[in-house]
Amino acid sequence: MKHTLSLLVENKPGVLARIAGLFSRRGYNIESLAVNTTESPDISHITLVVDGDERVLEQITKQLYKLIVVLKVNDFTNFPVVERELALIRVSSDSNNRRAIIDLVEIFRASIVDVSEKELIIEITGDSDKINAFIKNLEPYGIKEMVRTGRIVMPRGMRLNSK
Amino acid sequence: MEITVAQAIIKFLQEEGVEVIFGYPGGAVIGFYDALYESSLRHVLVRHEQGAAHAADGYARASGKVGVCVATSGPGATNLVTGLATAFMDSSPIIAITGQVRTSVLGKDSFQEADITGITMPITKHNYLVKDPDQVLTIFKEAFYIATTGRKGPVLIDIPADVFMAKINYSYPSNINLPGYKPTYEPHPLQIKKAVNLLKSAERPVILAGGGVISSFASSELIELAEKINTPVVTTLMGKGAIPEDHYLYCGFIGMHGAAYANFTINNSDLIIAIGVRFSDRSTGRVDTFAPNAKIIHIDIDPAEIGKNVIPYVPIVADAKLALQRLKEEVESKDNSKWLEQIREWKEKYPLKYKNQEGVIKPQYVIEKIYEITKGSAIVVTEVGQNQMWAAQFYKVKYPRQFITSGGLGTMGFGLPAAIGAQIANPDKLVIDIAGDGSIQMNIQELATAVTQRLPIKIFILNNACLGMVRQWQELFYKKRYSCTLFDFSPDFEKLAAAYGAYGRRVEDPSEVEDAIYWALEKNDAPVIVDFKVIREENVFPMVPAGGSIDKMMID
Repeated sequence: MKHTLSLLVENKPGVLARIAGLFSRRGYNIESLAVNTTESPDISHITLVVDGDERVLEQITKQLYKLIVVLKVNDFTNFPVVERELALIRVSSDSNNRRAIIDLVEIFRASIVDVSEKELIIEITGDSDKINAFIKNLEPYGIKEMVRTGRIVMPRGMRLNSK
Repeated sequence: MEITVAQAIIKFLQEEGVEVIFGYPGGAVIGFYDALYESSLRHVLVRHEQGAAHAADGYARASGKVGVCVATSGPGATNLVTGLATAFMDSSPIIAITGQVRTSVLGKDSFQEADITGITMPITKHNYLVKDPDQVLTIFKEAFYIATTGRKGPVLIDIPADVFMAKINYSYPSNINLPGYKPTYEPHPLQIKKAVNLLKSAERPVILAGGGVISSFASSELIELAEKINTPVVTTLMGKGAIPEDHYLYCGFIGMHGAAYANFTINNSDLIIAIGVRFSDRSTGRVDTFAPNAKIIHIDIDPAEIGKNVIPYVPIVADAKLALQRLKEEVESKDNSKWLEQIREWKEKYPLKYKNQEGVIKPQYVIEKIYEITKGSAIVVTEVGQNQMWAAQFYKVKYPRQFITSGGLGTMGFGLPAAIGAQIANPDKLVIDIAGDGSIQMNIQELATAVTQRLPIKIFILNNACLGMVRQWQELFYKKRYSCTLFDFSPDFEKLAAAYGAYGRRVEDPSEVEDAIYWALEKNDAPVIVDFKVIREENVFPMVPAGGSIDKMMID
């Protein structure tokens, strides 16, 4: 099962190396990673998506806490969260299909950020499913390049926990 | 008044109570050594940086204090790596200070540059690269705090050459701010209650004591608890010494080469009170057949150890000493006489044993004689391999920190430098290094350190002219194909000792064994090597084949 972990860490050199090293040497796999500053300059935020059962996740969490630089580990997997990724997609496009692509962009509330004779660059934000669906729809036109960020999450204000 | 960072570090070390450091100079640490020149801090000059790390480790294990080692950048720092990994695996508190190339040339593949913080990330509890001279003292304070609290371990501080020479104002840093590091010491009262309740209904309880008991100075609490609930105590290899081995409740150490009765005891128990252990594969054997009917109360200061290898019934994150005190306060005394009787039968039926043979020296016989002649009071440091297991089996220790061995990493070459550290920590005690002819050659250069420091360490080599433990595996599991394990050359250790200015003697006849031990014990101004030519084919038994169940032992 995929888990989204949200880490608060000290903003110090080598922090990412410590965390990445921990995952690789203990045989865990990072599927997605996003690192950002926070409202506090001393603290950074890392969002990780990892795969594993409950026991693996418990170990990952405990091992992360052993790192002196890690302040807080939250598992947001079963929490109501706002989840976002961003992708930039370079897609082939000429006058014949441009309208169709613009329609798709509008449906997905993406935006075209660069236009040239034979291609477009499209920017889209959303959760993984939305971005995956958009990519699938774009594929027939020919995706030439794609850059995608890691996932970031934030718990919702109203925690509608069914329990 | 402004002083250099190097001077400030030495001043800090002395204020922190450090009495001795082990090190080796080099280009990037010249500044540090220059400051040392005029200081009263004792420096032990080793002959290889690995020796410095092991010596600091041996010092820490024998004294319970922090061990400090120093090396230069690049190769000096990388030579510490095995020593750091050894200390990390056995949770030994050491501080490693390494020089680094000047900040202006950092990252440019400069002469003698190695990314030692990157290299040692997985084998230190924490490490630092200090670029700001004003941060040095805070970092040192943090490093000592991290190394000596919670689950102890090595911390490395990497300091560029120019930082050593920068000027700062000295003031002893009294505050530390580590928001991400808050070890739990007090056990949760509810968990203690659960443990107490489990114990009430247990019919075959056993206490499993590990290195954590020794690390937290919890030996007397362990014994008091065991006596109050009349419960047998087995240990891990690292826990050896947590309870005197002549104590009526002591039942041996468990694991791959543990006593059969110890393995039977733990595997037939219905409740394990495990304290300061990590259920390593060498201790548990095959995990899914380990103590199948036992509920486990797992007490450890490191939350990540709980649930890592075995799933406990009652997890308790706490300091061993505090948890044992709380348990003792709350438990009721218990009668386990039937269970203890069963264990007594196992002890009688399956003792640790070996057969003496006419005209050959048995390694176990040597250890037994050393034990008898030293009346079990020596600090025993071991190398790694058969020598280590025989020492563990046949040298019965009485007190914590008396048996010093590389358990987790299994580092050959650990024994001699660790014995140097142990002897320096205990100048008035008898320190013995039980060695093999393979291991001793891995850090033999430290004989020079022992000679110059006039340390009367007794190095007893069980010389079987082979890499015995691997040879044993090849005999038992690889159709006697002795690939690269049989030495066809051995140095003359008697002459080698003489060349270094140590005492040396070779023993080839069993009748000389006792005399040679007495002879060695008389020497008190230099190290002694006694080279016991033991039988090559002797194996360590009992043995649990790797990955096997610990109650399925090869007894002989």
